[in-house]
Amino acid sequence: MSENIKKIKEVEKVVIRFAGDSGDGMQLTGSQFTETTAVMGNDLATFPDFPAEIRAPAGSLAGVSSFQIQFSSDIIQTPGDDLDVLVAMNPAALKTNLQDLKQSGIIIANKANYSKKNLKLAGWETNPLEDDTLTGYQLIALDMTKIVSHAVEDMNLTSKTVSRSTNMFALGLMFWLYDRSMDSTISFLNKKFAKRPELVESNIRALKAGYHYGDTVEAIQSSYKVPKAKFERGLYRNIMGNQAVCYGLMAASQKSKCRLFYGGYPITPASDILHILSNHKNFKVKTFQAEDEIAAIMSVIGAAYCGSLGITATSGPGIALKSEAMGLAVVTELPLVIVNVQRGGPSTGMPTKTEQADLLQALFGRNGEAPIPVIAASTPVDCFNAAFESARIAMEYMTPVVLLSDAYVANGSEPWLIPSMEDLPEIKTHIKKDGTKFQPFKRNEEQLARDWGLPGTPGMEHRVGGLEKDEHTGNVSYDPLNHHRMTELRYEKINKIADSIPEIVPHGAKTGDILVLGWGSTYGAIRTAVNEAIKDGKSVAHAHLSYLNPFPKNLGEILLKYRNILIPEMNFGQLLMLIRNKYLINAKGLNKVHGKPFTVSEIYSGINDIIGD
Amino acid sequence: MSQVSESTLTRKDFISDQDVRWCPGCGDYAILAQVQKVFPELGIPKENFLIVSGIGCSSRFPYYMDTFGFHSIHGRATALATGAKMANPDLSVWVVTGDGDAMSIGGNHFIHILRRNLDINILLFNNEVYGLTKGQYSPTSSQGHISKSTPLGSVDYPFNPPQLALGAGGTFIARGIDRELKHLNQLLKEAHNHSGTSFLEIYQNCWVYNDGAFSNLTEKELKMETQLILEQGMPMVFGKDKDKGMRLAKGNLEVGTIGKDCKMEDILVHDEKNKIHGLMLSELTHKDGFPTPIGIIYREEKPPYEELLLNQIQKAIQIQGEGNLDSLFQNGHTWKV
Repeated sequence: MSENIKKIKEVEKVVIRFAGDSGDGMQLTGSQFTETTAVMGNDLATFPDFPAEIRAPAGSLAGVSSFQIQFSSDIIQTPGDDLDVLVAMNPAALKTNLQDLKQSGIIIANKANYSKKNLKLAGWETNPLEDDTLTGYQLIALDMTKIVSHAVEDMNLTSKTVSRSTNMFALGLMFWLYDRSMDSTISFLNKKFAKRPELVESNIRALKAGYHYGDTVEAIQSSYKVPKAKFERGLYRNIMGNQAVCYGLMAASQKSKCRLFYGGYPITPASDILHILSNHKNFKVKTFQAEDEIAAIMSVIGAAYCGSLGITATSGPGIALKSEAMGLAVVTELPLVIVNVQRGGPSTGMPTKTEQADLLQALFGRNGEAPIPVIAASTPVDCFNAAFESARIAMEYMTPVVLLSDAYVANGSEPWLIPSMEDLPEIKTHIKKDGTKFQPFKRNEEQLARDWGLPGTPGMEHRVGGLEKDEHTGNVSYDPLNHHRMTELRYEKINKIADSIPEIVPHGAKTGDILVLGWGSTYGAIRTAVNEAIKDGKSVAHAHLSYLNPFPKNLGEILLKYRNILIPEMNFGQLLMLIRNKYLINAKGLNKVHGKPFTVSEIYSGINDIIGD
Repeated sequence: MSQVSESTLTRKDFISDQDVRWCPGCGDYAILAQVQKVFPELGIPKENFLIVSGIGCSSRFPYYMDTFGFHSIHGRATALATGAKMANPDLSVWVVTGDGDAMSIGGNHFIHILRRNLDINILLFNNEVYGLTKGQYSPTSSQGHISKSTPLGSVDYPFNPPQLALGAGGTFIARGIDRELKHLNQLLKEAHNHSGTSFLEIYQNCWVYNDGAFSNLTEKELKMETQLILEQGMPMVFGKDKDKGMRLAKGNLEVGTIGKDCKMEDILVHDEKNKIHGLMLSELTHKDGFPTPIGIIYREEKPPYEELLLNQIQKAIQIQGEGNLDSLFQNGHTWKV
């Protein structure tokens, strides 16, 4: 081969999806590509998508696991709609993902896995790598398994070990294609397999084989460069949503000087919160894996009664089980944060897929009048702020708070401008230690928050519980007017939170044809679509709600400034119902529950459907 | 500060200003009085007591005690108490529960607190009936029990609480009776002294819905023949003349009459630490032809959960140093812009 002259094209943004069998290591491959891309200074957003089964039958359509990343020299908000590159490690991955590939997009396929059996499992009648199915795409089909086995020939590895390294080959090839360094992954492999040097060696050889394949084979016309994005100055790292929730809560614990107590029960997609917090015992974080969802929240209520910042995290089915206890936390007015990492429902639904259909459950899913503030995280990075803010409200207002996240935000990642603890605000608690006759339901004027008297404090002995209590003495009371008054007080207190939250400021036109109103993880797709519509000369704005209860004070006023209100949600119109009910306006919904986030183009056409092209 | 120091605490310090609303004559009164009598004698500052309950007649208990108290929801007291004890291990935490609360709706939490062995005392007021909901049979009601929900008699086989507790890994399992005050007083103190989860079942008469459920154990004429009072290191004898005792025959417990069909040396000596004995003794719950064991059935020393947790935290700090959030956030791959 003649001396290689690498043609490098500069591009602004790229969308790659790694797809393969559940056992092919696609999540690891994707996260390694992400790490490297982050360090190289691109903005990025990721979307891991995997089946609930740990090992679905090999080669089946149900067993396909994928990891999508968009990276850019510009600031981006979503993992991208259409793919520039699809890495399809087997026929099932090609089958389930091909429809998302751009025209003339690149397909990288491991020929070795396109056996008759696998083709049949995936429902291909003939081999798409060999017929005209893929005409119009740039197909790079190669036998990765064979190349890797040549690369490790002298190592005497089992064929299983060899085929398990093919994901590193694919990663190496992608590193070459997009001009990334292998260093970060090499040091990762050294750490990960520190006790098994032969795996370090075989994986690094596979990685390099992939990289050098790109370099030396003329199959690929050119490689691409994505210049650094222009970020705000500061120190960055990449962070996932669930991790950011944990860090936000730990920060709030420090800023309130209340120990963090976490009680949880394993549930997808919230379990990582339990894993991460239990790994930080040296921060004096106490974690408790309870026997069930109910015990998890009850333990947290017990800890909150004793002065801890109480946290529990779960997903929709877990919230259903915790409902009675959430009511207890409402009536005893204790500071708790209840994280719901939403997933597809109802019932067990689609555990690993995303949805936003628990909003009304968060607001109303309890017996009696039991108002709870509800906060929603819009991006992986926003999970930090949303968690900190949830804890602040819980403690300043002495109330349980629901923090809504979802599978998309929880598992997605993006660059995070690392905050300094010094810059975060202090959180004031209502702990009383004066030792006089303690009245548990004595409230302060500003927040209507009750005093917090902790067991172990002399002279503060008192009883709380699920029975209605007298407004003044705190004793059990069946007095009709007292019950009415206490119910009012519990509402007033939550409504007062609106005094402490920012007003909503729409992005884009201040008045105009259409306001797209969103909440939670639809943020990225809405913002990108609205920006494109603005570029196209449309009179459009975007407002995004972090506070679902109470709403920002000026929301009603803002809504009146636009001729149309469009509310995209991954449910059948829950925020829509709230907005129409509260503000009596004819807002319209854009709704889907595919278990996948909205694409930018879906939102864009939603806008067009209302105001015309 | 107005609080009374521990040395001068009296029963009065533990009586709240609330009217007790149990039915007049309820066995709960006697238990409340004993707890109020025992607490000042335990050498614990008053502010360190926390009483947690679920739902049911007995679960109103915290309102009548002038301590910290939490009347929670049905079946969940043990779970709430677990969190409280973990958050503040200095507290003396007492769970007051009933047979519906602990054995039925709260069965899961009940077995798991025993398995974990938190240093918490559980008082199970067992009246073998649902009182607060007005008279349905409970998981400890005997088979054939006629109640509002079992007009033809219950077909359920009942739970045997001490045996359930043993099976769940309980480290202190005892039984008392509402009418045996001195004995109950002792058991409350022993439960407190035990480091780990103490389970004290208290037979308690509900004269409205299940009157006389334990009369064979409490009537003067009968009780000498029906109570097997367990004392550590003492032979398991009973009867008016202390002439009956428990002996082993073919691997099972049997009642023997000393001087008739057996000798004093044949009578088993009670060893709280013997789990096999504990299992056999707990088997004697409502068993025809046998006395009912009261006292400490089983006791085992095992580090409590919260101690192990605190050790882990300390060790993590020793190894990793006390956590610093700024360095945690900056850990791993970072880059400067």
